[in-house]
Amino acid sequence: MIRVELPGNLQTLAGTGRSVELEVRGDVTQRAVLDALEARYPALLGTIRDPKTKKRRPMLRFFACEEDLSDEPIDAPLPQEVVAGKEPYLILGAIAGG
Amino acid sequence: MRVSKVRVLVGTKKGAFILNSDGSRKSWKIEGPLFAGWEIYHMKGSPADPDRLYASQSSSWFGQVMHRSNDGGKVWETVGNQFEYDGNIGPHKWYDNSPHPYEFKRVWHLEPSLKDPDTVYAGVEDAAFFKSTDAGATWAELPALRTHHTASEWAPGAGGLCLHTIIEDPKNPDRIVIAISAAGAFRTDDGGKSWKAINRGLRSGHIPDPDAEIGHCVHHITMHPAKPDTLFMQKHWDVMRSDDKGDNWREVSGNLPTDFGFVIDVNANDPETVYVVPITSDQLHYVMDGKLRVYRSKGGDDWEALSKGLPQENCYVNVLRDAMTVDRLDPCGIYFGTSGGQVYASNDDGDTWTAIAQNLPGVLSVEVQTLK
Repeated sequence: MIRVELPGNLQTLAGTGRSVELEVRGDVTQRAVLDALEARYPALLGTIRDPKTKKRRPMLRFFACEEDLSDEPIDAPLPQEVVAGKEPYLILGAIAGG
Repeated sequence: MRVSKVRVLVGTKKGAFILNSDGSRKSWKIEGPLFAGWEIYHMKGSPADPDRLYASQSSSWFGQVMHRSNDGGKVWETVGNQFEYDGNIGPHKWYDNSPHPYEFKRVWHLEPSLKDPDTVYAGVEDAAFFKSTDAGATWAELPALRTHHTASEWAPGAGGLCLHTIIEDPKNPDRIVIAISAAGAFRTDDGGKSWKAINRGLRSGHIPDPDAEIGHCVHHITMHPAKPDTLFMQKHWDVMRSDDKGDNWREVSGNLPTDFGFVIDVNANDPETVYVVPITSDQLHYVMDGKLRVYRSKGGDDWEALSKGLPQENCYVNVLRDAMTVDRLDPCGIYFGTSGGQVYASNDDGDTWTAIAQNLPGVLSVEVQTLK
């Protein structure tokens, strides 16, 4: 199972806790994880990426294994630790405040 | 028939609140926050089914989300949030006058149909007019407005190029009046197939030709359902009146201490009694002299300050364009919300006021439902 951690506003919207577990079939890529996330929680459609272009919303970031994957190819494989469920795939909102 | 309940829907910068009272409108119960942490630009109930509510929830981080309730706001469900411009996406003007492609940003205003709870209109930024006929599940643009012959010249106001006002004519379902900052007012008489700019009589010093066909920063328009040919407008500066469906306007600012402002509304029981909240200026978005005052007029020109129950010192709040509304009771209830998170109500036509909520996040919109 893939562990995905959501920012607070998306937890509220999806009605989840911080972490959700997803079954992802085939290659575990960012696209596959986000597809599975949106299929499980349709309320999140459009809130993480553009529903048509699949482009990441500009003020969100994707991290895993202490690496910023936000600008990595969306079809590149995720780290083995994420695939094995040992490390989460993190979705974060850009920091706000001052 | 005795009215048993009034429900006030408040959208704020960090969630929504529902304020309930009985017909006396003396004591209030606050529910919320709903959608905590999200901007709620607008929340409005269907006139045809008061239990059907729609809410526009948005965030710079997470985009646009739409919600619907079928039970008066107890349970909400997400509905469609895809707003795609129809056909060729031309440019509008950017702040520096350069061409800028239309790009959807958020829903500013929701206007449920007067007759059908499953039909709802949405005014969006960048300015366009959308309609859903399946209770918000899907949205389709009525593109004739965005492809109006003047649309490539429309430019945003400081808040963006937003379609923020939608008024349905109860006597003619094909007639709808809308307003865009900073393009002006437009009217369709054929259900959105074509639109006419209705800005004759407006004068705006911030555009090269002060009485141009478009370019006016209209902040809000209101209409009494019993007198749909008469419209009142709060423009950036100037309070205006039309008695011919917007074809011609005349200024009715009269003795207002400042005619800058955002909100304007009409008493439910008298189509000639109109209310505004003057704001100091376009640079000073707060009330004048530290005093929060509503002004009331019979038809315009001669205005009376209403201040009983409102703060009269050290008050520096703003009241945004969708943040005033009136109920359908007699005497009329008037409600408005401030940038400081207060919601004020009058249950006597504006003579006296009470804060019915005091420490909410900054208020973006206020609507009321009069329930039988």
